[in-house]
Amino acid sequence: MKRLLIGNEAVAWGLYNGGIGLVSSYPGTPSTEITEFLAKHDDIHSEWAPNEKVACEVAFGASLAGMRSVCAMKHVGLNVAADPLFTLSYTGVTGGMVICVADDPAMHSSQNEQDSRHYAIAAKVPMLEPSDSAEAYAFAKSAFELSERFDTPVLLRMCTRIAHSQCTVEIGERENVPMKEYVKQPAKYIMMPGYAKKRHPVVEERTQALKEFSESCMYNRVEYADSGIGIITSGCSYLYVKEALGDSVSILKIGMPNPLPEKTIRDFAAKVKKLYVIEELDPVIETQVKAMGIECTGKSLFSAIGEFSQKTVRDAFLKEGMALTDIPEAQGEAPAVPGRPPMMCAGCPHRGMYYTLVKNRISVLGDIGCYTLGAVAPLNALDSTLCMGASVSGIHGFNAARGKETEKKTVAVIGDSTFMHSGMTGLVNIAYNATNSTVIILDNSITGMTGHQQNPTTGYNIKGDPAAKVDLEALCRALGINRVRVVDPYDLKQCEEAVLEELAAEEPSVIISRRPCVLLKYVKPKTPLAVDREKCRSCKKCMKMGCPAISMKEGKARIDKTLCVGCGVCEQLCAFGAIGGTEK
Amino acid sequence: MKTVSIMIVGVGGQGSLLASKLLGNLLTDEGYDVKVSEVHGMSQRGGSVVTYVRYGDRVYSPIVTEGECDYIISFEKLEAVRYASCLRKGGKIIVNTQEIDPMPVITGAAEYPSDVLETLKKDGFDVDDFDALTPAMQAGSAKAVNIVLMGHFAKHSGIAKEKWIAAMEKTINPKFLEMNRKAFDLGYGE
Repeated sequence: MKRLLIGNEAVAWGLYNGGIGLVSSYPGTPSTEITEFLAKHDDIHSEWAPNEKVACEVAFGASLAGMRSVCAMKHVGLNVAADPLFTLSYTGVTGGMVICVADDPAMHSSQNEQDSRHYAIAAKVPMLEPSDSAEAYAFAKSAFELSERFDTPVLLRMCTRIAHSQCTVEIGERENVPMKEYVKQPAKYIMMPGYAKKRHPVVEERTQALKEFSESCMYNRVEYADSGIGIITSGCSYLYVKEALGDSVSILKIGMPNPLPEKTIRDFAAKVKKLYVIEELDPVIETQVKAMGIECTGKSLFSAIGEFSQKTVRDAFLKEGMALTDIPEAQGEAPAVPGRPPMMCAGCPHRGMYYTLVKNRISVLGDIGCYTLGAVAPLNALDSTLCMGASVSGIHGFNAARGKETEKKTVAVIGDSTFMHSGMTGLVNIAYNATNSTVIILDNSITGMTGHQQNPTTGYNIKGDPAAKVDLEALCRALGINRVRVVDPYDLKQCEEAVLEELAAEEPSVIISRRPCVLLKYVKPKTPLAVDREKCRSCKKCMKMGCPAISMKEGKARIDKTLCVGCGVCEQLCAFGAIGGTEK
Repeated sequence: MKTVSIMIVGVGGQGSLLASKLLGNLLTDEGYDVKVSEVHGMSQRGGSVVTYVRYGDRVYSPIVTEGECDYIISFEKLEAVRYASCLRKGGKIIVNTQEIDPMPVITGAAEYPSDVLETLKKDGFDVDDFDALTPAMQAGSAKAVNIVLMGHFAKHSGIAKEKWIAAMEKTINPKFLEMNRKAFDLGYGE
C-alpha cells in the first residue's frame, strides 16, 4: 500500500509493522501523532502516561517482559525521561525498545531548541535519524532488530520538518514477532553497584561493536560526484543540500548519528578536496570529525540557531564562491504587515482567571500549555515560564526568598495535564516545607496545546474509553493542602473572591479553575453575544482581556459572531450593560 | 519537469490542512513526487499558518523559501502579503479578500492595512483577489472557504476538473462532500 504520510504516521507504521506490542507516551509537539496513530491499532497496548519518565519506564517494563516496546516524546520530554534512559543503556533490553524523540529547531512550539543527539552520546546508545517519511518508516521498522541485536534501547530522532512533512511511503505488512521468554536475570537488570560495575564494560564493548556496524549499515550512505566538494550531512539538512546543490557535490549522508562511522568518514574525507559538515543545531558531527583530526567547515558557515532551508545552503555556498545556477528570483519585496501571534481562543476558560489576576496586579509564575499564551498582549499576565511543573516548584522558592512581600500577591498557574505530569511533587514541597503559596490549577479537562489528548484527570483513556479519573480536590488535600476550592472561570466575581481570599489566607491553598476547553466536541457553544452601540461608551474595558472575537469598529466595540461562543465574560466586564443578546 | 511550489497560507482554524491534504492526494494520484509540509501546535491557535506543497519529478526539500513559490493561495488578505516575498518572478497570488484582525490590530497596537493588495499589484505582483467567503456561505458554511479557493486554483492547475473531484471524494468526509462539491464549483466558476 502506497500512501502520502507525515513523518510521524510513517514512524507509527514502521513501529507497527516492526512488531511493536506496547507504546506509552506523553504528548508533545512535534511527536504526538506517533502515539495517536499507533493507538488506532487494537492489537497493541497503547496509552498516555502522566509524563515521559513514566512512559519510558513502562516501555522498559514491557521490554523486560519480552515485548517490543516504544515511548515517544518531544526533545524536552527526554530531559524528563533521561533518568531511566542512562541506566537502560546498562541493562539493555529483552524485547526491542525504541525511544522516539522529536526535536524542534526554530522552536515552532517549544521553550528551547536543545539537540537530542547529545543524549545518544551521553547515554551511549545508538541513534537513528531519518530524512523523510519513507526513511522514517524504514528506520522505525528496523529499530527493534537493532535494539535486540545489540541489547540496547535505540533512540529514533525526528525533527519538526520531518515529523510534519509528507511524502509517499510504501507500507508493508506487520511482522508477527512472538514475545521473548521472561527469565529472571539479576546481574543484567538489577542496577546496584555490584552488578552495574559489570555492566559498564558491556556498554563500552557494545559501543565498539556498534561503531563497526555503522561502517556498513543501511542507515549511512555515500553519494559521490567529481566536484571535489564533500558534504557530511544528516536529517532534513540532507534534503536542503540535495535541493540546493543537486548531484554536483559528494555527500556522506548520516542516518545513524551515534556512533559515527569513523572509517567511512576518513575514506570520504580523503576523496574530496574540501569537506563541509551541514547539520541543524549543535556541531555534534563536526566536533567528532575534527576530533578525528580531519579538517572541515561547519558552524563557521552554518548557524547553530534555528532551522535551515535550501536557501541556507545556497547562500552559504555562494559565499564560498561556488558558481550556482537556478538562483530563485523573487517577484519583489512585500510591505511589512502586523504580526499574527497565536492566542487563546474566543471563550477560552483560562481568560476569565487571567483577567482577574491581571486586574489585581498579581505576579504569576506560569507553566507549559495553552495558558502560556496568557503571556502575550493585552493580558501580559505571566512573570515566568520554564518547564513542565516549574510554576508550582518555582513559587515555593520565590516565596521562600521574599516571604510575606510576595506570598500575598503571587500565584502559580498550571494546567490539569501539566499538574499530573510534574506539578504534584512541587505541591507536596509547598505543603511539606511550608511557604504560604497559592496554586491555581487551570483545569480545562484535556491536554489542550498538543491537540486534545486525554490525561488522568479527564476520565477517559487514549482510546476514548472510560478510565479511572483523578479527583483533583482530594488529591491536593492528600498532598497536604487544607484549603482547596473550585471556581468557574466564566464567573468573574467568583474568581476574584477566591483569588483574594486564598492570597489573604495564612496557609497554602489551591484554586481549581474548572471549565472544559471550548474546542472539545461535547462543549456546545452558546448564542453569540452582541454589542448595543447606543449603550457602548467606547471605554475599551472589554478589550482588556484579549478576546479575539471583540474589536473596535467605527469607535464602538463589536463582537464577531463567527468567533463568539457566548461565554459571557465580556458581558460581566461592561459597566454600561452594552453587551448582551442581540445587536442594535 | 521543474518542481512546482505552492504555499497555502491563512489563519489557524481556517482549514488549510484539509486543502493541503486534497492537493497532496491529487498530485500523488497524478504520479508526481510530492512533498507537503505543515506545522502543528502553537501556530494553530489563531496564529499565522503556512503549508507548503511541492511537486515534480523528484522533490527533495519540503519547504519553500524566498523567490521560489509559483502559487500563493491565501485564505486571508493580510496573510497573502506576509508571505508575498516568497513568490518567484512571474508567480501568482490567489487570495480571499476576507479580513481577520490579528491581535495587534484588535488591541489597537497596529492598524489593518486594508489597501495592501493594491500596493502589491502596483509593485507588479500578479494578484487574483476575490471574495471566497460569500460563495462558501452560499455552499453552506464559512468553513468551505478552503474548498472555494481550491476550486479557483484548480483552473490554473492544468489538471482536469474530474481528477480534482475524484481527489475530493477520496479526501473529504462523505458527510460534507456535497457542500464541498458546491463550494468547489463556485470557486471554479460554474
